[in-house]
Amino acid sequence: MGIILAEAIGIYDGKYVAQTQSYGPEARGGLSKAEVVVSNEEIDYPKAMKLDLLLAMNQKSCDDYYMDLKPDGVLIVDSTFVTQVPNLKAFQIPFTRIAREKFKKEMVANIIALGAITKLTPVVTSRAIESAVLARVPKGTEKLNHDALKTGMAAAKKVMKNIVPQTNSEWADEDT
Amino acid sequence: MVEVTKLIHKYLRHDKKFPHVWCPGCGIGIMLGALVRAIDRVGYSKDEIVMVSGIGCTGRLPVYVDFNTLHTTHGRALAFGTGVKLANPNLKVIVVMGDGDAVAIGGNHFIHAARRNIDITAIILNNSVYGMTGGQFSPTTPYGMKTTTTVYSNVEQAFKISELAVTAGAVFVARGTVYHAKLLDGLMEKAFLKVGFSVVEVISHCHTQFGRLNRMGSAVEMMQWQREHAVTVEKARQMKEKELQDKFKIGVLVDRELPVYQDEYEKVRKWSQGVVKK
Amino acid sequence: MKKKGRQEKLLQGNEAIVEGALRAGCRFFAGYPITPATEIAELLSVRLPQVDGTFIQMEDEIASLAAVIGASLAGVKSMTATSGPGFSLMQENLGFAVIAEVPCVIVDAMRGGPSTGLPTLPSQSDIMQARWGTHGDHPIIALCPSTIRECYDLTIKAFNFSEKYRNPVIILVDEVVAHMREKIVLSDEEDIEIFNRVKPTVPPEWYIPYEDTPQGVPAMANFGEGYRYHVTGLTHDIRGFPTSRPDEIDPFIRRLFRKISQNFSDIQIGEFFQTENADITIIAYGCIARSAKRAVIDARERGVKVGLLTLNTIWPFMRAQVEKVLQTSRVIIVPEMNMGQISREVKRVNKGAAKVFTLNKVDGTIITPQEILARIKEVS
Repeated sequence: MGIILAEAIGIYDGKYVAQTQSYGPEARGGLSKAEVVVSNEEIDYPKAMKLDLLLAMNQKSCDDYYMDLKPDGVLIVDSTFVTQVPNLKAFQIPFTRIAREKFKKEMVANIIALGAITKLTPVVTSRAIESAVLARVPKGTEKLNHDALKTGMAAAKKVMKNIVPQTNSEWADEDT
Repeated sequence: MVEVTKLIHKYLRHDKKFPHVWCPGCGIGIMLGALVRAIDRVGYSKDEIVMVSGIGCTGRLPVYVDFNTLHTTHGRALAFGTGVKLANPNLKVIVVMGDGDAVAIGGNHFIHAARRNIDITAIILNNSVYGMTGGQFSPTTPYGMKTTTTVYSNVEQAFKISELAVTAGAVFVARGTVYHAKLLDGLMEKAFLKVGFSVVEVISHCHTQFGRLNRMGSAVEMMQWQREHAVTVEKARQMKEKELQDKFKIGVLVDRELPVYQDEYEKVRKWSQGVVKK
Repeated sequence: MKKKGRQEKLLQGNEAIVEGALRAGCRFFAGYPITPATEIAELLSVRLPQVDGTFIQMEDEIASLAAVIGASLAGVKSMTATSGPGFSLMQENLGFAVIAEVPCVIVDAMRGGPSTGLPTLPSQSDIMQARWGTHGDHPIIALCPSTIRECYDLTIKAFNFSEKYRNPVIILVDEVVAHMREKIVLSDEEDIEIFNRVKPTVPPEWYIPYEDTPQGVPAMANFGEGYRYHVTGLTHDIRGFPTSRPDEIDPFIRRLFRKISQNFSDIQIGEFFQTENADITIIAYGCIARSAKRAVIDARERGVKVGLLTLNTIWPFMRAQVEKVLQTSRVIIVPEMNMGQISREVKRVNKGAAKVFTLNKVDGTIITPQEILARIKEVS
């Protein structure tokens, strides 16, 4: 997910981007973190520090990294797993549940989340994220992923009605 | 004698590297003779042969022969040879090793080269001891024998190199001795002609270390021991298990067909290039 | 976005190393899976057969480097990739490549150690292992990228140096850079120098495989080309045959060192950033050079005159460049993700003109710009 976002921003939107990740020894089920730093200039330090955006796909990630979020940063959570949000301004969308129910594939939860990010933040354009998703996903799954992306965008629009997001022109760091 | 002189001139670095490092009476010289005769009969050109070795008395062999020669680190000769063969499959790669090289420090490389069935011929001189370092026990030292690191008696069981090669997947496995020199010529010739991983185990003696410590006598007496304890594969078929107990089989133990690595890898290249569909 | 032959890509450090290797002409890879270097093997297993090259997964790292050396002797540019534990196993045949003067490239994606250590976390603690890991006196070349572009460029340089100087070249990439993704522009038309080993021009009977030359590098014949010669890990004479004659051993060992030492200006790559009037100079490499650059910019904004010397060549140690900043700066800070390996070298060449301070981090996380800024404040 971090790679697709970075590719969308770096290649298709033409900004500078650095993507890193950290993970444990588990191939599946362990905690993992992908970081994306976005800038209009060359990036030196490649790790995200004061986050403009935190996308937490589970409760532990939300708890662990919430402290890194800027006071005016955007928090998006997968409400399938994140039941306790630290911040009432958080966008809560059940990415995994949508993936399960609508697509019968939990795997596309990430793509749905990318769709939501696109609508909820100015970090990436819709055109760029679409191109990046289609370029990265396995052959034969293009339609599935495209639909997932659109579903994410639609879900975002729905939650936006409930919460007025803050406008932030100074995007520098991005964490997913 | 004329033929021997001719072969010496043709294949040995006779004007550069002799006298050699081996003890008088050593079996490695007989193995070297068999190697050269077999190569001559098979008709390989000297330029297309890469002879690779590891460390120890046998490891010194390539320096004396006029091929592309590669004297590597202990036990790793087969891994070096694998790189040579894959980089240029037209080269004929012959790897000569001792028992320490092949089944102790290089044991893992040995079984994996056999499993891959890469087109290399491995010639393994088995003299049951580490000769160059002064007579320590090796993985092929028989139980109960004395060496400089088993002065009381060896309490480990010995590896059977040929049987190990068969199990690991070599397509051609033969055993000979330096006493049965003529047979050895033929076994090597067959091994060279076989496409795939071929092994010739050469039972030899180290009278300087192993023989002396175990009171087995001179080189000649130790070669007589080889004659008395070797049984041809054909003869062994007619013998009872009990009769074979202290004997070892010589001749071709296995000659079979299995997919050869570089042919298989050529398929991978074709698949990757989309020439052929998997 | 796409022009003819020009591609803009988001690549991982390991992927950029693969692109660089292929561009340099690498056609053989032998390796053994290990985090965080595995992506190099995985990608080359796909790419090499496409260009009629060879990928083989060996039984261990010892065999991997052995196969790489064998393939190089047969005339194919070859490489392997590993991490600390595998690099330890490769030390044996690394020495063989040095003494037999076989070109080859070894990538060590550095993770935390000792032993199994921290498989998925970064470190820079193999600096000294790269220099002295294999036994015996020997020269070595080690390069260290800090950006994705440098992963590509330095890999090409690594192959060029190995071919030009007939010496193994190590790429020390830390886990951060190995796994980080950045945008990189690759172009087929870009003019990149590719160096191939110098082959003998004399007939085979006149060929002296380990003969000294003005450059100190003998011409190299590939196996199968008619120049039958002996390659050995034993100390050898100019014909390649083992020797124990002092008058042959000494010139041989000295030539091995000379072929590197007389070409420092070609091999040593680094970058001075705002060092001209710097009171304080940071000397850094790998991912830490990035943190250091941010720290320099931030410090300058606050009016503190700080500069940065980035080392892309780790070995041979960039003494001349380091001495230059030692003379002009009052204070030197060496931040690194180990207990002080390059700082030890900096202190070694310091004549006492500057004070050398360390900043060591060994907890599996990258040194941040803030930590460097704090250290600047502490020592200035």
